[in-house]
Amino acid sequence: MTRNGPVALIFHTLVVIFMLAPLAIVCLVAFTPENTLSLPTNGFSLRWFDAVFHHPDFVQSFWNSLWLAVLSATLAVVLAVPASLAITRWEFPGRGFLNALFLSPLIIPHLVLGVAMLRLFAIVGATGSFAWLVAAHIVIVTPYVMRLLIAAISGFDRSVEQAAFSLGASEATVFRRVTLPMILPGVTGGWLIAFINSFDELTMSIFITSPSTVTLPVRMYMYATESIDPMMAAVSALIIGITAVAVLLLDRVYGLDRILVGQH
Amino acid sequence: MSATVPEAAPAASGDETPERRFPTAPLFLSAPAVLLFAALVLIPLFLTALLSFNQFDYATGRTGGFTLEHYLSVLTDEYYLEIFLRTFRISALATVICVVIGVPEAYILSRMSNPWRSIFLLVILAPLLVSVVVRAFGWSMLLGPEGPVNAALMAFGIGRMRLLYTEGTVIVALVHVMLPFMVIPVWTSLQKLDPAVEQAALSFGASRGTAIVRVVAPQILPGILSGSLIVFGLSASAFAIPGLLGGRRLKMVATVVYDQYLSDLNWPMGAAVAALLLIANLIVMLTYHRLVEGHYRRRLG
Repeated sequence: MTRNGPVALIFHTLVVIFMLAPLAIVCLVAFTPENTLSLPTNGFSLRWFDAVFHHPDFVQSFWNSLWLAVLSATLAVVLAVPASLAITRWEFPGRGFLNALFLSPLIIPHLVLGVAMLRLFAIVGATGSFAWLVAAHIVIVTPYVMRLLIAAISGFDRSVEQAAFSLGASEATVFRRVTLPMILPGVTGGWLIAFINSFDELTMSIFITSPSTVTLPVRMYMYATESIDPMMAAVSALIIGITAVAVLLLDRVYGLDRILVGQH
Repeated sequence: MSATVPEAAPAASGDETPERRFPTAPLFLSAPAVLLFAALVLIPLFLTALLSFNQFDYATGRTGGFTLEHYLSVLTDEYYLEIFLRTFRISALATVICVVIGVPEAYILSRMSNPWRSIFLLVILAPLLVSVVVRAFGWSMLLGPEGPVNAALMAFGIGRMRLLYTEGTVIVALVHVMLPFMVIPVWTSLQKLDPAVEQAALSFGASRGTAIVRVVAPQILPGILSGSLIVFGLSASAFAIPGLLGGRRLKMVATVVYDQYLSDLNWPMGAAVAALLLIANLIVMLTYHRLVEGHYRRRLG
């Protein structure tokens, strides 16, 4: 392996600083004892974290976001497992169309999905409904789950299933005891990436949430456009913390580079 | 009875190979997802396309009838033209900067040895998973009047500068958000590259620069192109960055759609702008798809 020269290493260091600086400053300012956005020069304080936990709007939005992410990730997996099996294992008319349909939320800007769903919700009277918000989030996280599942199912030795069939196992048993355990890394990895994407989603949600269903990113966006105090930094630091935990889990169960860069 | 329901045969019978006749199993398996996507993607997009041709009455807020005026005003009104041009300019600049930073960075990463390579790949890619609101907020603090960048400018005697709510700030933050999307495809094409080829060029007396330009660059060009298209497409439809760092004055396409929907309540106008954004995006993404597919086929052929 050839080594990088000093110029390359300086360039690399600058890029790393550039990538981490905005996250680092948020985490530092969150601990400020002052009333204004400033670096904690006179000691550290947890007062702004305390303020977040006593701010009813932020607390409510946090629970909204958490439930939304858990529900939509789980339901997306439930829908995506059979759909991915259908797409990878059968040759049927319209298969290419279905594949494109399921991946389309990756190509359609979330802004466009947001206004489109707002129109639908207005027509069917679903504005402000949490259930419809969950359904909308299932749509945007399903492609991430499908990509991992399709990869997991394609790289799967079907002779194991056939062995189980020939030994007299029923279809349900084969699925439960053979197929599911073998695609499990794809399922858990898909669930986690779906959870993160739902938890972070802003652009579509801002169109289809109502005061009672506002998610945390939407609440933060609204808050940041009106006033800026260190509470924003404290919420942001908490989000960075939650994301970091999810990323480490994801790296453990699936490998972050495999998810983000693709299979190799 | 055998002739009446031929398609009711158990799907598992011919499981070894993909079935040739029309199978029912994939239909049942994919039905729930298809229904959801039809109800929440296809129908809403169709309804929004229809809405963009409706007339809008400012006095009553009612919509109905048929008109092309929204599309005409987007394409002729100076206000909208300026916003589309600005969006195009900002996205193009962000894309160029992502190429200039992302391509060398991916190359440097690929020449590192583990564990540093994995660690720094994680450092570059993980911010992708942090909410864009948080990252925009981070930039507003870094570049704010009391932020460290202005403090450094003061220390160097340049003086305080108004950095927020300028195109430059929006571009910097966009580059931060989009850089991973450039690093990923370039990194992927670098992984496919055989390091022996570059070594061969060096051992035949090529300089480091020549080896990069003549051997490495041509092979990662498809990666750079696909990265550029993704970055451009995502930048052009970015909402949170211009919304939080552009302020009220510096509008981009996405923030204008938001205003039309939630402030002016002129949904048909917003729908027309969104439809144009979607069409532009689809053109970019389909070009990307063709490019990547074409490259893949050439490599196999």
